[in-house]
Amino acid sequence: MSPYVVVAAVVLAGVLLFAAAMGARRVLAPAAPTRAKLATYESGVDPVGRDWAQTQVRYLVYAFLYVIFAVDAVYLFPWALVLRSPHLGAASLVEIAVFIGIVVVGLAHAARRGLLRWH
Amino acid sequence: MSPAVEVLVRTVAVLAAFLVLPLLVGQTEHKVMAHMQGRLGPMYAGGFHGWAQLVADGVKFAQKEDVTPAAADRPVFRLAPAVGLVPYLVALAAVPLSPGLVGADAPASAVLVLAATAVGILGTLMAGWASANKYSLLGAMRAAAQLLSYELPLVLAVASVCLAAGSLSLTAIAGAWSPWWLLWQLPGAFVFLVAAVAELQRPPFDMPVADSELVFGAYTEYTGLRFAFFLLAEYAGIVLMSLLFAVLYLGGWKGPLSGDLGWLWTLLKGFVVSVLVIWMRVAWPRLREDQLQRLAWLGLVPLALLQLALTGVWVVATA
Repeated sequence: MSPYVVVAAVVLAGVLLFAAAMGARRVLAPAAPTRAKLATYESGVDPVGRDWAQTQVRYLVYAFLYVIFAVDAVYLFPWALVLRSPHLGAASLVEIAVFIGIVVVGLAHAARRGLLRWH
Repeated sequence: MSPAVEVLVRTVAVLAAFLVLPLLVGQTEHKVMAHMQGRLGPMYAGGFHGWAQLVADGVKFAQKEDVTPAAADRPVFRLAPAVGLVPYLVALAAVPLSPGLVGADAPASAVLVLAATAVGILGTLMAGWASANKYSLLGAMRAAAQLLSYELPLVLAVASVCLAAGSLSLTAIAGAWSPWWLLWQLPGAFVFLVAAVAELQRPPFDMPVADSELVFGAYTEYTGLRFAFFLLAEYAGIVLMSLLFAVLYLGGWKGPLSGDLGWLWTLLKGFVVSVLVIWMRVAWPRLREDQLQRLAWLGLVPLALLQLALTGVWVVATA
């Protein structure tokens, strides 16, 4: 039997768990909405404006860096399976070293240009 | 056993572990934190040292009103706790307690576990975005930046262990483990532990839910059972990461007298790691956002790459 059948069953069990819990809540919990209760929480004062606020774009930088490295990490896992093979082992090690080396130079460049500083 | 019954038994076993182990860790946290801070912690619920405190909390949460703010994106807001919780259940299914005791013995379980936990992050993002609350949005932004940055060293550290074992299966990885790994994979183990605590948004990496700045980050608007589900996800996360650490770096079921009781070793090692995670919360103050990002990109990522190089060169040199 494929282990992924169990994985699928576990996903289903998780969904059922959530549904059952929400059913129990529907039965047990009170529901008495008022306008004040449904208002957005801002530490007790009336909400100012909406949630549409300007924020720092600097968070975006980490997403870019991540995407580059995440793609590189995808290649590492299949590499783990061939590293011990007599023809591919040493050659693949050098190739991965070159590949990761280039990405690391990129990270070092980003760090030197102050991309990882916070101002 | 017919296949259908086997699937059912495995699923129920995973579900039971998922509902019991986080409560054990939660109660341990109550007690360990309390004693580290010169308190007693819960003492009344259930009688003996307040053992039933979290059960009582669960009952309380189920009876609380579930408020969806008027400004919120209703379906996304209400679905987010499930998206945050279910991936940890799936990941737990693939973690072996011993070679014979595993929910789903997938051939690439290391990758499966990483992929599943990465989905859990979406729950936090959905919660923060759909709440239509400034605290929530800022919390979700911080969470996204932090979880992306620490996902990477985590993946690199696991990749290094996979290289060392020459396999992507957690069962095979722990099977290939020897005490020499404690030294050989030490930098990777350190990176994994730090990144795992950051992935769980636990102190000292709790910037996204910093209560003095953001109330409770992305979960600010949640009440009742949906809020409880996010909390459960956090403790399920501790269980998952601790067991994963035990299997990847501490040899899982290997130990004296491990014949039939190997699974106890895995649980015991995992428990020790989760106490360590709790201890970090008591011991250290919160990191600032910039310190947090610098630690990930200039500390953990280079260290993880170094470990990768060390592992690769050693494997090729000794092959």
